Order: sequence, then structure tokens, then C-alpha cells
Amino acid sequence: MTMTTTNDLITQTPAKRRFGGGDLIGLSVILALAVVGYFLFPTNLALLTRIIAIALLVLSLDLVTGYCGVATLGHAALFGAGAYAAGIASAHYGINDPLAMLAFGIVAGAVAGLVCGAVILRAHGLPQLVLSIALIHLFHEFANKASSWTGGSDGLSGIAPSALIGLYEFDLWGRTAYVFGVVLLALVFALLRLIVRSPFGMLCRAIKEDPVRIRSMGASPKAALMKMYVISGAVAGVGGALNAISTQVVGLDSLSFTMSAESLVMLVLGGTGSLFGALTGTIVFMFFEDVVSAANPFHWLTMVGALLIAVVLFAPKGLYGTAAAIVARRREAK
Amino acid sequence: MQTVFSIAIDALAYGMVLFVISIGLSVTMGLMRVVNLAHGAFAMIGGYIASYAARDLGLAYGFAIVLAVFGTILIAIPIERLLYRRIYGAPELTQVLMTIGITFCIIGIANYVFGPTLKTVPLPAQLQGSVDLGFRAIATHRLFAILCGLAVAAALWYAIERTAFGVKLRASVDNAAMAAALGVRTEIVYAVSFAIAVGLAAFGGVVGAELLPVEPYYALRYMVTFLVVVSVGGAGSIPGALVACLLLGGIDTTGRYLMPEFGEFFFYLAVIAIICVFPRGLAGRAKG
Repeated sequence: MTMTTTNDLITQTPAKRRFGGGDLIGLSVILALAVVGYFLFPTNLALLTRIIAIALLVLSLDLVTGYCGVATLGHAALFGAGAYAAGIASAHYGINDPLAMLAFGIVAGAVAGLVCGAVILRAHGLPQLVLSIALIHLFHEFANKASSWTGGSDGLSGIAPSALIGLYEFDLWGRTAYVFGVVLLALVFALLRLIVRSPFGMLCRAIKEDPVRIRSMGASPKAALMKMYVISGAVAGVGGALNAISTQVVGLDSLSFTMSAESLVMLVLGGTGSLFGALTGTIVFMFFEDVVSAANPFHWLTMVGALLIAVVLFAPKGLYGTAAAIVARRREAK
Repeated sequence: MQTVFSIAIDALAYGMVLFVISIGLSVTMGLMRVVNLAHGAFAMIGGYIASYAARDLGLAYGFAIVLAVFGTILIAIPIERLLYRRIYGAPELTQVLMTIGITFCIIGIANYVFGPTLKTVPLPAQLQGSVDLGFRAIATHRLFAILCGLAVAAALWYAIERTAFGVKLRASVDNAAMAAALGVRTEIVYAVSFAIAVGLAAFGGVVGAELLPVEPYYALRYMVTFLVVVSVGGAGSIPGALVACLLLGGIDTTGRYLMPEFGEFFFYLAVIAIICVFPRGLAGRAKG
């Protein structure tokens, strides 16, 4: 039954190639930016790696908020779950192979996605939002109390990833971590482009537009959203694991409400419902934060607030969305 | 027995403060369908004004409360005109972002103006000390908070059920377009109820300053609690909000007394359980 409806959806949308020119351009832009970043900020690769980790979180948030229309203020739970799983595997079980740690992060993120999805998707509107906030606080409290496992408010230390595929040590300048991060981001990005264009991705977009109609067509909105939540959890888990591996410490802030709210701000700044938007938003926001918050953390909060209000009022589609709309209009005019 | 009694009094006082602050949020959410995350920020502004008036200017407590309520309403009016007006009827995500942006701004500004320290509202002599109820003495301030909560609940009930304005308000909540077509000036109803909501938030912020200390992150820290009250009680329902406040106040206070290190944990667990069982709130109605 699901198959026939999704096939119907496909025939309604203009036929596109599975992996089109846009994807290749996008990938090459990411790689070019990565190379430029490497040469522009050779002493600040840690920041660039953190941007990549956060970008993965924002991409994952985009999957549920931008593509499925689920408003959540608790998405850092999935990111933190991945980070803690990767960290605990290394600090407590001596599993130091970065790829194995990554696998732990992905699985934990997916499981956290399953749990969060099961809870958050039960309600709509305000209760949904409140559920997501309660969940992130619950995760935060839990990590804080289970301090023998997580290190509590001191953070989890003692993470010592071994050399990547036995060849590349994680060096003090973070070169290995950076390259590792870029490769992960490129892989995830390519994969997500395939997923959001697939029949399943189309189904999710359709659910965002009109869940009642989708149900009457015979598909189950809830099952599709749950699947998307698990995928999103896995992506956030990649980001969390990358963060744990590159910084070799996991703090409670990776499970905080602030982190969730900020990732939402980044997504909206870039533009929801577009993977490029998520990336643009993260990069702009993180650089901005690095510059301003060095001066005064409280002015930073005021600035974020003002920025949010400005985006909502003047560029509701976000930076990328607005730019894309302008380009599209130009093209039509020609 | 002793412990049970003091838990009950504290829970009641806490619940009543929660009620005074969040009932305004509940009404505006039921009426205008705006997810207002900045509501706690208005309570915080009220607390700051009262603290400034009572501590730095040396005004009387009662006068400080009045000043806080009207001062906060004055601050809120331009915010409503310029910002909230534009998000009525907008998608939820937009409303969340706008109001969370307002909250961040208010936190940053409050910190800049008043500094990051805790601010207290000094209590007058009559409210310090304790009252002897014959079998048990309780802090006067707790009693005052409880009485304020009851007074607000009674006044709101009267205003909504028995006055002409209440009729218009209920009509607008049920169906704004129809009410407008029948000659209710919904814009005025919106503006007045927004002002009342903000005023009540400020009032609760001042009265509850002993229980919810005023500091810059107040708005963010208790934002969740207020939203939880509304979504557990069901937007727009006074009895629902009252029950939700007492229930959540009870759970939170009991948790803090009996298991201080896991208090928050059980609070959020209870919230998730309640919302999962009653997705529309305890007294929620189906969306009209």
C-alpha cells in the first residue's frame, strides 16, 4: 500500500535524475570550502572541525524540522547521545578505534532518535514543543546524575582515539580530525541528498504539507516520520561522535537546551527544508559566534535574539532560501 | 506528618505562583494561538522593576507591585505592536523563533542593565515571620502567595464568566472570525487580554520572587515550567491551569524534598507522562 502511494507521489513530481548535477556542485563546493578553510585558518582547525560537527547536527535537525515539519527544541539529545556513546566506548571500554567509536555514536544517535521520535510524535503543536524541551532536560539531568559513566558536570575525559585506520594519528593541530570530519560531512551530505530525493523523502515532504491527505491515500505518516527520526538520529550521532573524537572530551553542554535552540537558530538562519541552507546557516552562525562571543557572552545573547527577530521579519526563508529565490526569479525573468 | 504538611504548604504556594504567572500565557495562547516563549521574560521584568523600586528607591511593597505591573505592561505594549502583531496566525516554528529571539534579547538587556547577580524584593515587616494556625506555624509570605493565587483565580473566573468583556473574550477564543463578524472588536479584546496577561505575569514575578529568584536567566530557566503548565492544563482553560499548577507544584516540591538530587528528573518524567496520556492537556478541547 505504501509503495503505490509513494509511486504516485513520484509520478506527480517532475522526473529527476537520482544524483544530479546540483549534488556534484554542492559536494565540490563543500570540498572547496574545506580546502580554503584549511589554508585560511591553519591554526584554528579545531573551530572548523567543531563547525563540521555542528553542521551535522543542523543537517539532522533539518531532516525532521525542514522536511517533516516537526518543531523541536530538544534535538541536541541525539547529538549528545552520539557524543557520549563514542566517548564512553573509548573511556570505559577501551574501544579506541575511531571508526568503531563512530559506529557507537551512530547507533546511540539512532536509538536516541527512536526514543525521542516515539515521544515527540505523540503530540502536535505546543505539547509537541513542550515534550521536546522536557526530553532534552531529562537527558541532561540523566547525564548529570549518572556521573560514574558520564563524568557529570566535569565532563567525560579520558577519550583517547587511536590512529585512523592505523595510519593517521590524531595530532595536536587537529589536521587528522579535520580531514576525517570533512570526509564524514561529504559522505553524509551525499547520502542525505539521495534520501531526501527518494520516494521516502518525498513522502515526508508530503506529510509536512498535508498529513490528513497522506493518511487517506493509504500511507502511514507516523511510520515515515519515525523512520526519518531514526535517520536523523544517526546523522546527529555522527556529529556527536566526531565532536567526541576531535575534542577528546564530552561536556554536558552537548546535551543542553541552549545547544538545541542554537541549532534551530542556525537552521532557520540558513533556511529550512534545504540541506544547503542548513550548511550555510551553521557556517555563518558559528563564525559570527566566534567573533562576537569572544567580546562578551551576554551581548552575544542579545545579538542572537535580534538576529532571530530580523530573520523572522525580513528573510523568513533564511539566507540560502532567499538567495535561491532571487536567483530563481532572475532566471524566470530571462 | 510535619514533613507532609510543610511539603503541602510549599507545593501550594509554588503552585499558586506558577498559576498567577502562567494563567496569562494560557489565556493568550488559547485566544491568539501564539506560542509565546517570552512570557517568563515579562515576569522577570516585573521582578526587576519591583526590586529596583523597593530596594533602590525604598518604596513600599504594595506600591512596588503596582509599579511593576504597570511598568511591565508599558514595556510590553510596543513589543506587542511591533513584533507580536506580525506573527498572529503564522506557523508555529515562526512564532517559536520570534518569541525565543525576544527572550534572548530581554535576557541580554537585563544582564547589561542590572548585572548578573540575584535580585531580591525586600518584604515588608507584615509579610516576614510566620502565622500560627493553631496546630502549625507557616511562613506569612507563603500564605500571601497562596491568597494572591486564589484572588487571581476568583477575579479571572468572575471576569470571564460574568462580565460583558468575558463574553466577548470567550466568543473570540471559540471563533475569532465569527465573533468579529458579529461586531466584537477582536483587536481590542486581543490587546486588553495581552495587557492583562503581561500584568499578571509581572504580578506573579514579584509575588513569587522568594520562590523563583529573579536573575537574568530567569526567563529561560522557568520558560519550560510555564509552557508545561499551559500544555498540561490545556490552553485557554482556567480550571485546567489551576489543576496543572497544583499537580506540577506538588510533584516538583515533593521531588525536591524527598529526593533533592533527582528532583528535576522526576518533574520532567512526570511532564512527559502526562502529555503522552493527555496530548491536548487535562482540560483541553479539540481544536475548533
